[in-house]
Amino acid sequence: MAPHTEQLTRPAVQLRSLTRSFEDRTVLDGIDLDIPAGQFVALLGHSGSGKSTLLRAIAGLDHNVAGSGHLTAPERVSVVFQDSRLLPWRRVLDNVLLGTDGQDKGRAALAEVGLKGRERAWPSELSGGEAQRAALARSLVREPELLLADEPFGALDALTRIRMHGLLRQLWQRHQPSVLLVTHDVDEAIVLADRVLVLDSGRIGVDLTIDRPHPRSYRDPLLGEYREQLLAALGVVEDPA
Amino acid sequence: MSTSASTSTSTTTSTTTTATTTATAPLDTEARDTPRSRRRGLSPGRRLPATRLIGPALLLALWAAASAAGQLDPGAIPAPWTVVRTAGHLWSAGTLPTDILTSLERAAYGFAIGLTAGVVLALASGLSRVGEALIDGTVNLNRAIPTLGLIPLFILWLGIGEAFKIAIIAIVVYIPIYLNTHAALSGIDSRFVELAEVQGLSRLQFVRKIVVPGALPGFFVGLRLGVTGSWLGLVVLEQINATSGLGYMMFQAQNYGQSDVILVGLLVYGVFGLISDSVVRLIERRVLSWRRTLSS
Ligand SMILES: Nc1ncnc2c1ncn2[C@@H]1O[C@H](COP(=O)(O)OP(=O)(O)OP(=O)(O)O)[C@@H](O)[C@H]1O
Ligand SMILES: [Mg+2]
Repeated sequence: MAPHTEQLTRPAVQLRSLTRSFEDRTVLDGIDLDIPAGQFVALLGHSGSGKSTLLRAIAGLDHNVAGSGHLTAPERVSVVFQDSRLLPWRRVLDNVLLGTDGQDKGRAALAEVGLKGRERAWPSELSGGEAQRAALARSLVREPELLLADEPFGALDALTRIRMHGLLRQLWQRHQPSVLLVTHDVDEAIVLADRVLVLDSGRIGVDLTIDRPHPRSYRDPLLGEYREQLLAALGVVEDPA
Repeated sequence: MSTSASTSTSTTTSTTTTATTTATAPLDTEARDTPRSRRRGLSPGRRLPATRLIGPALLLALWAAASAAGQLDPGAIPAPWTVVRTAGHLWSAGTLPTDILTSLERAAYGFAIGLTAGVVLALASGLSRVGEALIDGTVNLNRAIPTLGLIPLFILWLGIGEAFKIAIIAIVVYIPIYLNTHAALSGIDSRFVELAEVQGLSRLQFVRKIVVPGALPGFFVGLRLGVTGSWLGLVVLEQINATSGLGYMMFQAQNYGQSDVILVGLLVYGVFGLISDSVVRLIERRVLSWRRTLSS
């Protein structure tokens, strides 16, 4: 595994020869992975490469999936899904507090994601970006040690997505959970993460530490190298024109 | 690639928004006239107050007009005012209040039992596989048998008193409540089940915060069918071996050729049916205020 500054602490996530398969298709084929506490990791891979399968395994959501291997994950894990998954019959604040209590904590979390004053709104009254922010607030109230996010910004428009990147990074800095962010978007991965993994044929094909200060700009030329490396790993050949 | 796609989506959205804003700006008449400024809505539009009464009122007016014009045989269909007068007589004689009360009592008991049974059975079969195996097939078997066909059997079992009437009404009521509630329970989105696991909900919390609220819309559909069913069952039941009640009153009137009394009975049934349905709708709108549907 790539060396990292927080080597002394026990890794938050530890996978040893993790295997998952559907029928006879092996989707995860012996994955070894350590994620140190507090690290921000992005996971790239082709559609169908098993990113969601890996994330669901770590979240403990894959009850009926065949597999083997060893997996350690922290006690408090939060998941942000691609859809905001707010319960339409609970007001925003009650959604944020689903599974916990403490009105004040919920209000504070909503304020943090810029939804102060929308506590009593119904989810159907929120825009897509607002709903996703509420989902982020819901995952933060639980003060997770590990935040798993499966393409959380996939359904948002480009502008909102950029704003969400800033927000996620801020929240990460304040709360310091380990983050595993699944994404399709190479740029999103490079701008946000300290470390980018590429899942390929059921294994971690590339493990890249991105050593650039934050906040990063999409136009940072030094990020271009990382981008090319990752695109090559994903088999995307850029048009030479 | 995906970026450019979503950019174009956001552009479309903002264009629409701008168009709508200009269209509603009070001074900008030009923008209001542009044909592309607003899409034709597909929802039926804003709800008008008391619109549900327009249909019945029109029907009543037609009836009154036809009677006044002498187009209706007063022996078969008496005029509205004759019916009202008869109702007044029956009321002051004390038989109508007694009959109404008896009928209401039967409907209420049967309905309460049916409601409880429907909900309990739906929960039991929706929340556990064992419950489903035991209950769902049985209820569907029960549904396949015409409930009114059970009357002779129930009279043999429960005697000819109140018990069999209440039992039949309870059956008429519990079936739609069970079916709709059970369908709604089993239709709970599996994504919400996943969410509950992620948020660490206990089984009880899961039922209270996700399953029950999620199944409420279906429950209300069943409830409305059940309410109507309880009145329908009553009409039939009270014509069999009853000594009081609205159905009995109408049955007697048939023997004496009093069509006005029959109409009084039908009117009372109709009014109560309408009222109880409105009450259920009102509760439904209150409880399901989070829904943004066509009807809101
Ligand atoms: N419940 C399931 N039953 C059968 N096959 C499944 C199931 N879930 C996933 N798969 C298969 O496992 C493979 C990996 O799926 P997964 O959802 O992990 O991909 P992914 O990398 O998240 O893709 P995407 O980027 O499109 O979300 C796919 O080929 C998929 O068809
Ligand atoms: Mg996926």
